[in-house]
Amino acid sequence: MAEKMQLNEVEVWDGNMAAAQALRQAQIDVVAAYPITPSTPIVQNYSKFLADGYVDGEFIMVESEHGAMSGCVGAAAAGGRVATATSSQGFALMIEVLYQASGMRLPIVLTVVNRALAAPLNVNGDHSDMYLGRDAGWINLCSYNPQEAYDMTLMAFKIGEDLNVRLPVMVHQDGFLCSHTAQNVRPLQDEEAYGFIGEYKPVNSMLDVANPVTHGVQTEEDWHFEHKARQHNDLMNSVSTIKKVFAEFEKLTGRKYDLLHKYKMDDAEVAIVALGTTVESAEIAADRMREKGVKAGVLGIRVLRPFPFKEIQEALKNVKAIAAMDRSAPGGTFGMLFNEIGAAMLQSGKTPVLLNYIYGLGGRDTTIAHLTDIYEQLDRCAKSGKSEYPLQQFIGLRGPKLSFY
Amino acid sequence: MSSKDIKELGWDELVPGACLFSFTEPVENVVDLTMDERPYAPTNSHEASVGDWRVEKPVYNRDLCIDCQFCWIFCPDISIISRDKKMIGIDYDHCKGCGICVEVCPTNPKSLLMFPEQTDNEEALASWPEKEKK
Ligand code: SF4
Ligand code: SF4
Repeated sequence: MAEKMQLNEVEVWDGNMAAAQALRQAQIDVVAAYPITPSTPIVQNYSKFLADGYVDGEFIMVESEHGAMSGCVGAAAAGGRVATATSSQGFALMIEVLYQASGMRLPIVLTVVNRALAAPLNVNGDHSDMYLGRDAGWINLCSYNPQEAYDMTLMAFKIGEDLNVRLPVMVHQDGFLCSHTAQNVRPLQDEEAYGFIGEYKPVNSMLDVANPVTHGVQTEEDWHFEHKARQHNDLMNSVSTIKKVFAEFEKLTGRKYDLLHKYKMDDAEVAIVALGTTVESAEIAADRMREKGVKAGVLGIRVLRPFPFKEIQEALKNVKAIAAMDRSAPGGTFGMLFNEIGAAMLQSGKTPVLLNYIYGLGGRDTTIAHLTDIYEQLDRCAKSGKSEYPLQQFIGLRGPKLSFY
Repeated sequence: MSSKDIKELGWDELVPGACLFSFTEPVENVVDLTMDERPYAPTNSHEASVGDWRVEKPVYNRDLCIDCQFCWIFCPDISIISRDKKMIGIDYDHCKGCGICVEVCPTNPKSLLMFPEQTDNEEALASWPEKEKK
């Protein structure tokens, strides 16, 4: 049994330390990792915990992120609780194995510190890696600050390992803005955190030698489709487990989470929909707009996969103008949030104005001023009842204005 | 896992993760059991023919074999059937016809030779070559 670490009621942790502490408290059997900026301190802290006797499990150093996720898949198939961390190019290198992990139904936890994808090379934050992996069949939880990074990482184990789910879970946080910004975090004590997650229950593990099992089989056209349907079904239905775990966590800590994070949405007429640290900035901008009499709200996506389609329809049903904020290079189309929120609104029968803002690429600052500008645009659209601006606009970009459609 | 052919199973009947089980029950002493004695599950590849796209097949000549077990060790598909360290034949449901067994057979002439798939085994044995002069 590993040494217990005595934690203060309030610790000053950045997002990386918060995630590392959650990994330590989960008493993971195997962490296989290849550190990459800005997620490096997660596994760096974790290896220090190991060296200091606070971790019992194995820490495997590998030759690449592809190797890291492969090691995780092997260890999870063998029957262990497994986690790792990555960012950007490392995440991209893991992609092939991310699909193996979800297809093999291995509840691995991956903390992703979001960062731009090259080229050009950039170590700062945007959501390009998150967007790259969103269809990999993992549950995707988004945290906006170190406290949430800690909470979501703990809950990720409990959600993914639930016997009705058995799927890998990614926990996202913004590179540098969350990962390297120290804030007050209220941790659980070690026994409390471990008690919440519970002991790991292996399913069809390869180390159960009396019951040999083949993982990662070849299926071809005979039953690949059925297998993918089962995986999709279980991912879609993981919502009930996610809600159950959120509720249990609230009971334990008083911190309430839901599929969506709503700020002043009850009577909102204009809303910014965003992911990551921008959600908190948008809350300040919304308050400023409210002082000017504009009914502004913020909708943060907390669970990106499974996508909370119905809940988004419900949350936005009375909103007249929506900004879908995509912090990823759009690559020849609209941003993912614009497309997915557009689909949800179309099916809801409501036709609010929906605009796509591309912002913050490669760590470019997005300020309260930018966000209040966006609210001003939304307000004008809400008043006129139609789109007064191009559908896709770039925010905070130098040079002439860039927009499409 | 149901006893139905896996190709007939609906999505809701599949084991999550596409796991396939080797045996129908726990097996502690598998090394002491011959293949015929093992409780293979329908999902074990032993139960499926995977050699149906073979073009050439190895034919085995008992009269020449010295039971060295080279072929048994080298066959990548565990398709050489051996009992009590004696070669007794080839499992044609799993043999892919790669010819490795023939390559490693040390007798002169070889006790295993490749023939076209459609050749009758009796015919093949009747046409076996003579010992090669050094
Ligand atoms: S031909 Fe290849 S697969 Fe067939 S028995 Fe010989 S070694 Fe095995
Ligand atoms: S390699 Fe040839 S001689 Fe040796 S056991 Fe096989 S068939 Fe017999």
